[in-house]
Amino acid sequence: MNRTVFFALVKRNVKMFFRDKGMFLVSLITPLILLLLYVTFLGNVYRDAFTSALPGGLTLPDKLINGCVSAQLVSSVLSVSAVTVAFCSNMLMVQDRANGTIWDLTVTPVNPGILGGAYFTATFISTLLINLIAAVGGLVYMGVAGWYMSAYDVVLLLCDIVLTVLFGTAASSVVNFFLSSQGQISAVGTVVSSCYGFVSGAYMPISSFSEGLRNVISVLPGTYGTSLIRTHSMAGAFREMEAIGLPEAYISGMKDAVDSNIYFFGSAVETWTKYAVVLGAAAVLIGIYILLNRFRSKRKG
Amino acid sequence: MTKAIEIEGLNKSYGKVRAVKDLSFSVDRGEFFAFLGVNGAGKSTTISVLCGTLPPDSGKVSVLGNDISSGLSKIKESIGVVFQDSRLDRALTVRDNLFFRGALYGLGGKELQSRIDEVTELLELGDILNRKISRLSGGQRRRADIARALVHRPELLILDEPTTGLDPQTRQNLWNVISGLRSSRKLTVLLTTHYMEEAAGADRVLIIDGGALAAEGTPLELKNRYCGDFIDLYGVSEADAASLNCRYSRIAGGYRLQVPSTAKATELIIAYPKLFLDYEIVKGNMDHVFLAVTGKKLGGENEAERGKRK
Repeated sequence: MNRTVFFALVKRNVKMFFRDKGMFLVSLITPLILLLLYVTFLGNVYRDAFTSALPGGLTLPDKLINGCVSAQLVSSVLSVSAVTVAFCSNMLMVQDRANGTIWDLTVTPVNPGILGGAYFTATFISTLLINLIAAVGGLVYMGVAGWYMSAYDVVLLLCDIVLTVLFGTAASSVVNFFLSSQGQISAVGTVVSSCYGFVSGAYMPISSFSEGLRNVISVLPGTYGTSLIRTHSMAGAFREMEAIGLPEAYISGMKDAVDSNIYFFGSAVETWTKYAVVLGAAAVLIGIYILLNRFRSKRKG
Repeated sequence: MTKAIEIEGLNKSYGKVRAVKDLSFSVDRGEFFAFLGVNGAGKSTTISVLCGTLPPDSGKVSVLGNDISSGLSKIKESIGVVFQDSRLDRALTVRDNLFFRGALYGLGGKELQSRIDEVTELLELGDILNRKISRLSGGQRRRADIARALVHRPELLILDEPTTGLDPQTRQNLWNVISGLRSSRKLTVLLTTHYMEEAAGADRVLIIDGGALAAEGTPLELKNRYCGDFIDLYGVSEADAASLNCRYSRIAGGYRLQVPSTAKATELIIAYPKLFLDYEIVKGNMDHVFLAVTGKKLGGENEAERGKRK
């Protein structure tokens, strides 16, 4: 019976998210802002960053510049939407409390743990679906602008997306657990949508911030998710730079500039460490979410 | 046979506020039981405890033979609840709502489909089955709410002010459906309502005031106990009405006399045949009972407090 109930609840939650146009569109605000910024000025900023740092006498092929810029944009969109879409999708949990639907769900024999698990799973599925669709769109765009990714890079990118979506789902589950009104939904939705792009380095690379701010941001696990997605989106372009003989120092500088290389209080963070941080953070948050659900069930008797 | 509901010494507080105070009552299986009280009297708290969504502070609560502390899951399988405001998913269709809610009771496949077909026919939902809840009228939404409460074939149906805000025709239609269900399925119905004429049709009525039981009995018992009869006497002067030594008030074309019982009314008619040429005897209604028991009007203002302010 529990399996039937769980899958029915997950299906209901996913359907609710995609049927609720308001919630769905709000979840896309941040990626849309990013696209707007790119069209208006970010595209040129990214482009200048790659060309202005070139040693004298060297030039980059247009295709390679376009490949780098498009990879940077796509990685920004994917990393930010993995978290903001998760927060919006998981607002269903709060909406159910705010409009009293939760009473209709809890008068049934459904276990509260299954209810909490279904919100989590549905958020993960909805967010992953949107991000995978965005990834396909992004890869097509990169293919048109300048394609340098290997099949292995694509697989790793997809893994990064799954991992970052898991982190976004876990973070949103813990935060949304404490919300219970429409006002709180709006407040948290606005704050996450407007701030996450900055603190994760999606709008502007973290390397362009002051040292103090960089150190603060390096404590946030989401930063490492963005860095992973960027690393694997741009890996092919950087390999191409090596192949055409660009100096190692330039390539390393570019990796620093776009946050492919990331530093924790001055120390370079290895790729496996980034995975460990994002996965560990997701695991801790999931653990907290489970404990919160158990505590609430016990308190209700 | 066990009772549908048995509550003994139920207490529930929110901080320092005692919402329910030592409440005891029982409901027989198949009975239509009305639960009356002003807002804040303790009705919703009691219903939440019955549904298992709120733990009691103390007291024994048993539903359909299952104790709330040990058999909550079985209780939840056997009750259907129609909330005061619709709790269905507005973005989904009636069919989706019935499907997803039915699945929460472990129903699936053909069995769930046959239950959905059953309630669709019972509540005449065919035309609106594929419409979103947000696009339904108040009456249609209420029918969907009742269908949702019945989709798992509960033995006890809890109706929390189900007809508030509905037009008289829709209210009547809903009561026809519920009456049909009671006779065909021996369904036990626990009703809270602001409409006294709905409570008057119940087998038994309980009035709760300030979290405690104020009165309990059949509508007839309560009327006889708390408000007696009224004689509407036409074509007489005020002096005539006053001479009968009863409380009276002016009505169109005459006076309304208040008498403690039908027997007393008969005595008066026999004693004063010349005055009783044009009259009618009516029993007090549940509004009078409620006012007499609590000093308050249901859905209105506290009469006693209003008197104090004057």
